[in-house]
Formats: sequence, structure tokens, C-alpha cells
Amino acid sequence: MTELERKQDRAPIPSGWEYATAPESREIVHLRERYGLFVGGEWLEPKETYATIDPSSEEPLAQVGQATEEEVGLAVSAAREAFEDGWSELPGSERAKYLFRIARILQERSREFAVLESLNGGKPIRESRDVDVPLSAAHFFYYAGWADKLEYAFPNRKPEPLGVAGQIIPWNFPLLMLAWKIAPALAAGNTVVLKPAETTPLSALLFCDVLRQAELPPGVVNIVTGDGRAGAALVKAEVDKVAFTGSTEVGKAIQRELAGTNKKLTLELGGKAANVIFDDAALDQAVEGIVNGIYFNQGHVCCAGSRLLVQESIYEPVISKLKRRLQTLRVGDPLDKNTDVGAINSRQQLDKIEELVRSGEEEGAEIYQPPCRLPEKGYWFVPTVFTNVAQSYRIAQEEIFGPVLSVLTFRTPEEAVEKANNTPYGLSAGVWTEKGSRILSMAQKLRAGVIWANTYNRFDPTSPFGGYKESGFGREGGLHGLEPYLKFE
Amino acid sequence: MSRLPVRKTYKLFIGGEFPRSESGRTYEAEGQNVARASRKDVRDAVRAARGAFGKWSAMTAYNRGQVLYRIAEMMEARRAEFAELCSGPKEVERSIDRVVWYAGWADKLAQVLGSSNPVAGPYFNFTVPEPTGVVGILAPPEPALAGLVSRVAPAIVGGNAAVVVASEMRPLAAVELAEVLATADVPGGVVNILTGGREELAPVLASHMDVNALDVSGADGEVPELERLAAENVKRVVHGAPDDQSPWEIAGFLELKTVWHPIGV
Repeated sequence: MTELERKQDRAPIPSGWEYATAPESREIVHLRERYGLFVGGEWLEPKETYATIDPSSEEPLAQVGQATEEEVGLAVSAAREAFEDGWSELPGSERAKYLFRIARILQERSREFAVLESLNGGKPIRESRDVDVPLSAAHFFYYAGWADKLEYAFPNRKPEPLGVAGQIIPWNFPLLMLAWKIAPALAAGNTVVLKPAETTPLSALLFCDVLRQAELPPGVVNIVTGDGRAGAALVKAEVDKVAFTGSTEVGKAIQRELAGTNKKLTLELGGKAANVIFDDAALDQAVEGIVNGIYFNQGHVCCAGSRLLVQESIYEPVISKLKRRLQTLRVGDPLDKNTDVGAINSRQQLDKIEELVRSGEEEGAEIYQPPCRLPEKGYWFVPTVFTNVAQSYRIAQEEIFGPVLSVLTFRTPEEAVEKANNTPYGLSAGVWTEKGSRILSMAQKLRAGVIWANTYNRFDPTSPFGGYKESGFGREGGLHGLEPYLKFE
Repeated sequence: MSRLPVRKTYKLFIGGEFPRSESGRTYEAEGQNVARASRKDVRDAVRAARGAFGKWSAMTAYNRGQVLYRIAEMMEARRAEFAELCSGPKEVERSIDRVVWYAGWADKLAQVLGSSNPVAGPYFNFTVPEPTGVVGILAPPEPALAGLVSRVAPAIVGGNAAVVVASEMRPLAAVELAEVLATADVPGGVVNILTGGREELAPVLASHMDVNALDVSGADGEVPELERLAAENVKRVVHGAPDDQSPWEIAGFLELKTVWHPIGV
């Protein structure tokens, strides 16, 4: 470090910095008191309902359906009918135009979706506005263009749709995961039944209104809400394909359930990604990358850089810069445009994070949390760094899915590779160095589906995403993301 | 007086060596005593495969292609022996030609299956195929040679290491192939071949936590149970063609890795 940098790093962070609040208005979102299940283009009155809440205030937002096995069956029948009644025979160029319409409507209604996404999920509005919603629209726009070009994607093969796809998505990126699932499925000529996560159904239900505006034929997309029981019913129903994003535990159960059936399966499961910082990295950029890697979306990211591997020679400056940066993170109201870290998605998730953090302290790791005022109501967790972490600790092994970073060190590139790969997961990894040949060598040796070099947590519809090992199989995004929704002669 | 021929002992092929089953068991197939592998032999074979995977997958594609071509050369030299152990010369020729065909794929896979991705931002982004790791293969019961070759060649050409359970009733072609592999510059452990009871061995392979993919193209009957066991560590379950060739047969044993890097000055 230069003398100037040292001075800057030692300079105290003004404690009296007050930010005026900059809340985004909720006015644009018009919630109904009660939502049905979206089946065959109509709202089906559910037998059971439950309240979905705002995790930053614990206030109920609306009543939504808890789909029963029978109701899930109705949705699958509607999808089957739509598939056989024309959708599968519609020319690809016409399917494409529906998808283009959906992309455009999402762009037009982006503010509404962004606010709703933050309301129901707890994520900062800056993120819903700048990441989730624009990427969702981009995803539909990208796959729209594939719908009439499938034969160019797979040389010497005749691609055909599978039929009905059953899709189950998580609560961390509700609208974006919906787009990742629905766009390629429809482009390939399938119809779908999608189940949003139990805690975040509202953007998927608002999406039904987009479908109405796009005049998508009834039954091509069906949305059934509810908890894991609805998901289990969908896996068992007469679908031709199951696509699941969520925990490795549930993914394994689904793979077992589908054993011996001919249902095609893709799984996008958990991760425990290593973010590897070499001593020749641009440290300030790397620290920003570390922060973005683990605190983005409250750490509710399957590809989060939750294990920081720092080369020993730069351990001190990295940790001091990191702690300093943590003090400037603003935790609070998801709808405030200044917020960096929003609310934890649910009580259940908060319990899990707290339990794992306790285990970290008990096993002997050293905890650091910046001073932070948290709102009284709602679910919150202070951005946390653990140092002095051994590879065997639970916080280094298990996916926490929260704003909690575990720091380990290494001396040689070989040791970094060894430690980074020492996990049953293999979704993503990060590497920070100014040396080009080292980047390429690390990118080759890290056993993970996505490698971010000198960046982290970037996503794009053209870029395939998915895991190695127990992080799942199949890819979403890009040309490769079409394959899971097609069969070939 | 005519000369008494020297018979062959039919053994397993693990880590480039030819051990008997650690269990000391054999069974009779095609008129010969053949080693009857145990669950311990499966575990040893997986360990050998894992050990070989690093080196094999790190070899250049050109090199791997040459090793596969060398396999074809060595098979060619044993055409007569192979013909005795399968349906005849036609199957042998098909099998050899198939190995040559796959040899040529080694350095083309990344170009056909990979991509450069035009992301909406200042990033260089590309996707390359990589081997999934250790692959368990249940060889098709028939055809004895072509079935085996049709599953093993696409698995190893992409850089995987394989543990193969040979056809239970027709294992001799597999043992013959092991002798080819041992003399064809294939690093020890890249292909491991076990003979024995399918019912006994397949579940051990399917549930092994250090096996990344399970090829059930040649499995008979017990597939649903094997798939259930495979879920324990999220194995890729491959349903391929028992006697055909295609780059998509290779793709079943591959992962796709996407790499991002910022563009800037």
C-alpha cells in the first residue's frame, strides 16, 4: 500500500453521516386482498389460502392460494390442453412475438414490478430496479429470438418441445427466476405450470396480468402458489419436465422421486462458492467484489461468494479494508433508494442464519459485525464476517444463504484450488488477480459452472448458468439453456 | 504330440493393472472362469479413476485424440481375437471405426459445444465444455464389444475417467479390450473394467459418493432403483444409445463452464 492509501484506510468514518431517507413510493402497486390460482387463463378460487407478508415490517400484503394436489392437477391439465390445442403447432415466429410482447410489457411496467418485488421479498429497491426487473425483461427478449431458430442451435438434430413443464422457483429472485424458467420453456414450444416460492408469490401473480395484456393463449402459462406441498404435487403430476431451483436437499428428493420416470429434469441447487483473492489483485476493486459477492441480495444468492480465500501476504490489508467497507453498508428499508442490504426474506431463513452464525462462534471462529441500527419490526441480519475459520467448520461447509462471509487463507495457487474445490458444491467461484495467465489457469482448475474473474455476481440472458457436482445439472441462459426444454429424434 | 495351449486368466482391470478380485471369487462365463468383482473392487476402481482424472482431463485435446486413435490401432491388431468374442468381424470393424470417429472429436468438442456469449455489458464471456469427473458405466449386455466401445469412447474422449461394469454374460470382449487399453498409452485408471454380477455391482457404483455420473444406457431392469441411488450426490444419469455414435453422446458426460472477465483499459 502507498502512504496515501494507508492514510485513507486509517481515516475514521464520520459517525455523524446522516442520510435523508429516499423512499420509493408504494403507490404504483395495487394489491388485491386475495389472489386465486392462475389456471387456464382464469383465476381459480383456491380452497385454502395463506397470508403473504412484507418481511421488512411483517405486515400482511395479501391472501394467496395454497394449491392442493387437485388444483395443481387442474393447472397441469390446462397446460396439457393448451399444448395440444395449438401452442405446440404455432409457428416459432408467432411464439417469438408473444415472448417479445412479454419482454416489452415488463419493461413498460418495470417500476411497478420493482416496487412489488422489494415489498414482498425484502430486497433493496435499487437492486430490484437495476438488476431483477431489467434482467427478467432481457431474458424474455433473448429467448423470444430463439423460438423460430431452434434448428440452428443443435446441428444435425431435430428439436421438438417436451410438452408440459413443471417449474418450481425460489424466493431470492422471484421474478428473475420466473423469467429464467418460463422464457426458454415457451421459446422451445412447451407450456408451463410454475410454482413461485411460498414467501414471494406476488410478482408471479402480477405477471399473470402481463400475460393477459400480451394476449398469451389461455393455459400456456399457469401459476399455482403454495408451500412445498404444492411443489411436491407438481413434481408428481403428469408433467414431461421438471425444473427446480432451490436447496440441494429438496433437489435430491426430487431427483429420487423422478427416478425411473421419463420426466426430464434440471436442478439448480445450492452453493458454497470460493472467492479467491491473490496478492497481486487490485485490492480496492477486490474488496468491492467481495462485498458484492456476499452481501448482494442479503446473501440470499445460491452463487454467493460465501467463502473468501485470501492469500496470506495480503490478509491484513484485505480484512481491514473489508471491515471498513462494511461500516458504510446501509441496512434497512428495502424501499429506500440508499439501502444496500435489505430484509431477510422470512423468519424461517433468519432462524437458519442465526443458528449457523452461533455454530461459527461456538466452533471458534472470530466474528465481526459493524455497528448498525436495525428496524424494530421485520427480519434483519447485520452483515457479518468470520475470520479464523477452519475448513471443517459448518460456516465453511454449509450454505448459509445470508449476509455471512467466512474468511480462510492460502499460500500457493495449488492450495487455493484445493480449498476452493473442497466442497460437494460447484456452482460458482471468483478469482481476483492482475495476472492474465493465472486467471485462465484458475478458471480451468476451479470445479464450478460459473467463474467470475475480477468481477462477481454478473448475470446475463446469453450466459449459461448452472452447477457442477451437487449444485445441480442443466444450464439456464444462453443457447445451452434451450436444451433442457427440448427433445431430439 | 500337439502343443498344450497356454490359457489366459481373466482378471479385472483397475488403475492400469490386472488384479484378481480382492474377494478371490470367480464365475463361469463364456466357458471361462472370470473374476467376480466385489464392492471393495468397485471402490478401488473409483479411487483409481479419481486419481487418473486430473492428469487425463488436463491433457491437451490433441493428445487425448491421439490416445484414442492409438486404442483403435491396438484393436486393429487384435481383430481376430475380438471377432471370436463378439458377433464377428463386422462388429469388430464397426467398433474400431467408432473409436477412430470419437478420436477425432477430442479437439472439436469445445468448438461445437462451447460458445462465446455476447453479454450486455463490458465483459468477455465464454462457455467451454469440461468433463464431469468419474463416470460409472454399465456396459450394454449386447453387443458385447460394440456396446462397450459405444459407451466408453464418448465418456473418455471428453476427459472423464470411467469405471465400467462389463456385460455379465459376455465379459470376455471387455477383458480383451482392457488388454488393448493397457498397451495403448491410456494412463492407468482412466478406464477401469470390472467383471462380475451386475446386481451386486451396479448399486454400489450408483450410490458411490465420488462418482459424478452414471451411464445406464446398458442397464437392464433395475434402472429406477439405480436412479434413486444416483440422487444421493446428484449424479448425472445418462441414457444414451447402446450402439450408436454422436457428439451428443459425449455431451452427456460433460459440464459447461462459463467464464466472465471485465473488458477495460
